[in-house]
Amino acid sequence: MASSVVDNKSPVLRTLSTLFIIVWLIIAAFPFLWTFWGSFKVELDFFSKENWTNAIVGVRTVTETGGPFTGNGYDGAWVQEEFWRAVLNTSIVCFFVVCTSLTIGTLGGYALSRSGFRYAFWLLIIALIFRAMPPITLVAGYLLPFFEWGLWGHLSTTIIVLVAINQPFTLWMLHSFFQKIPKDLDESAMVDGCTSFQAFRYVIIPVMWPGVITTGLFSFLLAYNDFAVTAMLLSKENQTMVPKIASFLGTTQTEGNVMFAVASVVSATAPLFVLVMFFQRQIVSGLTAGAVKG
Amino acid sequence: MKHRTFFWFFLPTALAMLLFIFLPIVSVVTQSLFVDHQQVFREVENCDIFGCKNEMMIDNEATEALREAQPLGRFAGLSTYFNRSHLATTEVGQAWSGSQGWGEFLGLLINLPFYKALIFTLTFTFTVTPLLIVLGFVIAIAVNALNQKLKGVVIFFSLLPMIVTPLVGSLILFWMIDSRGIIGNTLQYLFANPDLSLKASTGLTWVMLIVYGVWHAAPFAFVVFYAGLQTLPQDTLESAMIDGATRWQRIRYVVIPHIMPLVTFVALIQLMDNFRVFEPIVGFNAEAHATSLSWIIYNDLGGETRLLSSAATTSVLTIIGVAILLSPVLVRTWRDWNRKV
Repeated sequence: MASSVVDNKSPVLRTLSTLFIIVWLIIAAFPFLWTFWGSFKVELDFFSKENWTNAIVGVRTVTETGGPFTGNGYDGAWVQEEFWRAVLNTSIVCFFVVCTSLTIGTLGGYALSRSGFRYAFWLLIIALIFRAMPPITLVAGYLLPFFEWGLWGHLSTTIIVLVAINQPFTLWMLHSFFQKIPKDLDESAMVDGCTSFQAFRYVIIPVMWPGVITTGLFSFLLAYNDFAVTAMLLSKENQTMVPKIASFLGTTQTEGNVMFAVASVVSATAPLFVLVMFFQRQIVSGLTAGAVKG
Repeated sequence: MKHRTFFWFFLPTALAMLLFIFLPIVSVVTQSLFVDHQQVFREVENCDIFGCKNEMMIDNEATEALREAQPLGRFAGLSTYFNRSHLATTEVGQAWSGSQGWGEFLGLLINLPFYKALIFTLTFTFTVTPLLIVLGFVIAIAVNALNQKLKGVVIFFSLLPMIVTPLVGSLILFWMIDSRGIIGNTLQYLFANPDLSLKASTGLTWVMLIVYGVWHAAPFAFVVFYAGLQTLPQDTLESAMIDGATRWQRIRYVVIPHIMPLVTFVALIQLMDNFRVFEPIVGFNAEAHATSLSWIIYNDLGGETRLLSSAATTSVLTIIGVAILLSPVLVRTWRDWNRKV
């Protein structure tokens, strides 16, 4: 708080606040660090009954594999259990979900922000209701028709479903971004003789990218993190990462297989780390976009 | 914008939502009114040395044919809603008349699958939401007092629990609280009880899930409140200081009123999101002690026999629950819009 009045913060309070931040950082980040470190150990070290320091130094990892670190978990997950296939599927799903939902979302969001009619409000309200519904409640509705028409199990079906589930949120977010772009901009283009679409194409598209990128990030996260829809709508060979990880859990009775799950969990978290590192500002602005406006 | 232009701009997104959100809802409601076909029986005459008898046999072919012809099943009206796996009206009635007090009644109620899930879902929603708001607020205040260089790093690490896939996040915590994991081990040591297992008791499982819920969602509240603190009116704060307000009084009378709209926003978003709690139950392998409405639907849909109509019924009941939770938001948005126009 930079202010001209002297802010006489007592040293006790300052220490307490710093201490609190440190504790919070440990709570927030330590689990990731621990799991990352442990993913290079054998199961009996990561889950050690004898001594918790085994997970750090890797006593059994040394006796079993000869070195303090082992890539066995990663090898088992990526090669033996073909986790790479799930990674590939997730990439395909995420890419197409983000592209499609941004394309149709920008058109819809722009239209909503420029229409002063009452039905625009009702459409937003309907979108809000759709946004509030847990995706799993819709899955029961998909299964029967998809089975009947032979659509079940394909990546393309899941992509379209995820795009649709994503739309309400995308619409709300882009709607509020477009409202911040002054109306005069496209209106004057139309006065100069542009059609609505030309005005959108030549005036709005060049200035909309910050909002679109932020919305795209959240679409990506939704597609990447989804479990309910992908677990139910994809056949075994088309599984994406999250249901694949869940399927590891059922088969972890044999010793060592738990480490496959640990390794794949770390593999699935890594891209998110990179994402937050590069797009922290956009994520923060996206989270607050809806809030600060209301 | 003209109606015509609006229509063409909005058509693709409207089609997507109509086909894959609205129609599935219709389909879910319809399916909840039907149940699976019963098996078709056929009378066959079975003759042996003792004479002939008429026997009932399951006619697999006819059953298949019937299922082919009418995949929805047979019409059952609202009966699925009131059976034992859902609203269980008969059982609730018996429990009500048979029990002496509220405690006993709740004890009987929690044995019914739907109410068990409902009680956990509501407990989760209404404990996690206030806790995460308080935690998020305290983090925001503390981070705001840090110097500029540290803020970025702290925000980076704070975002992680929220960004990470819910199933992955719950697995990471689950492995740590395993009795052989680091937190589980520490707790055993602290309570000097080598048999302590968070997974074995219902109460501890609930606590564990709630802790996960707060851990996962507090960053969201933190980021929103932190953004709110950046727009804090400095003049008001300074005049409060000149008037001799203590730090606590400044927070109580300047900061909190300023971010109150944000608190409502976070509360409403989080009520909606916590009500759908699902992944942590799978991740923590907690279904023996805690189930949620979403989890029951998932459980009905998975497995060998897909119980479509049962899942559909729970879905409809869940949607009704969401609608009740959402009604304050709708009223608020309605008022906002009217103020603007």
